[in-house]
Amino acid sequence: MTVIETAAMPGRRLEWQLAEVRDIGVETPRVKSLLLHVATWQGHLPGQHVDIRLTAEDGYQAQRSYSIASPPEDELVTLTVERVDNGEVSPYLVGDLRAGDRFELRGPIGGYFVWTVATRGPLCLVAGGSGIVPLMAMLRHRARRNVRAPAMLLYSSRSLEDVIYREELDAMARRDADLRVVNTLTRKWPTRWKRYRGRIHKSLLAEACFPPEQNPKIFVCGPTRFVEDVSGLLVELGHDPLTIKTERFGP
Amino acid sequence: MDKAPVSRGFRSRQAEQPTKDRLPPGQYVTMGFPVLSAGPTPQIKVESWNFALQFGGSLLGKWDWAEFEALPQTTITTDIHCVTKWSKLDTTWQGVTFDDLLKAVGLAKPRARYIIAHCDGGYTTNVPVADLVDGQGMVATRFEGLPILPAHGGPARLLVPHLYFWKSAKWVRRLRFMEMDEPGFWESLGYHIYGDPWKEQRYDGD
Repeated sequence: MTVIETAAMPGRRLEWQLAEVRDIGVETPRVKSLLLHVATWQGHLPGQHVDIRLTAEDGYQAQRSYSIASPPEDELVTLTVERVDNGEVSPYLVGDLRAGDRFELRGPIGGYFVWTVATRGPLCLVAGGSGIVPLMAMLRHRARRNVRAPAMLLYSSRSLEDVIYREELDAMARRDADLRVVNTLTRKWPTRWKRYRGRIHKSLLAEACFPPEQNPKIFVCGPTRFVEDVSGLLVELGHDPLTIKTERFGP
Repeated sequence: MDKAPVSRGFRSRQAEQPTKDRLPPGQYVTMGFPVLSAGPTPQIKVESWNFALQFGGSLLGKWDWAEFEALPQTTITTDIHCVTKWSKLDTTWQGVTFDDLLKAVGLAKPRARYIIAHCDGGYTTNVPVADLVDGQGMVATRFEGLPILPAHGGPARLLVPHLYFWKSAKWVRRLRFMEMDEPGFWESLGYHIYGDPWKEQRYDGD
């Protein structure tokens, strides 16, 4: 496994920093983006995540990890959070948090699931649900830098209203002939839906992704089952397992 | 940070937590068993599996699946703590302890102070030998009485439950003694060299 580069400073502790909510965007009925001002932010690489820590009035604290959705070029750090039913932290972040609120955060964390415009080879992204978030940081970074290296995103969502960043992704793909965005909807779709229906299967992957001969850099992110299935199929299609980077979430 | 800001409306779950001696700081209990791996899950058949103990480049012992299964088996019930914040209590594992591996190759004491584990898929992690001896570490082949599923590290994973769970390397194939401590995969990517959950040693510098 090779490492591209890492923003981590060896030996220097990642301190808890104060994040202030500047704005909150509604992405889908279950998903919001938190735009955070972090005065002491040292920058990050697309694909990295942060730990956040909430403190209740009695001093009780809870920590969770969230992927960064914003590119390094942005001034604010954006986290996109999906409400997990019966979750401890996400219902608060999606339901209660308001602009002006503050909480603790530390990062950036992770130096493996990372892509920058310096990376060679076509970029192949496969997302399931809110697994789009770290991949969006990569696509936004690519768009900001006006990079024309070929890229594709295969994005599986439950329904059209669950597609996070839908308008932005469509606009990105319209502007950029070297970017292909392929959506599939697994549970319900509009009557005139002309894109893919159902779960990602082998022939869809073969059709949408760059072939192994082009040595694409592959990133797969989503629920555990999704990532297990997709990464397994990619290996069956002949992709070198070491070119497939994965991030899984959920039990 | 001087003082953590209070998130009004964020409900305390203090009363629902296990006692402090059971749950390390910053962790929460999950009933599930999340999967976190940097790449695709290797599908290894036990017929082609083998396991080796090495000192530098020299082989101290090597076992195929049947030979490994014939080594003394130990079962332990323990809590596990993932650096991504989840902890799982009372998990039961069966396998061959590090002590029994040393005995099997006729070593009265370890050959060096550190080991690095090498795994299918290219993953590595480093562990001090002092954290493996005296029943603290094993190469596990059963979880809750059943073969370990590939996504959870089967057929065999290292188990060092008193350290963060990335040290309990999935798909382990080789343990190599080293005179000097060398960072493994996550340890080279900003994670802590040792990873004691009770000291919350998640990242480099913690």
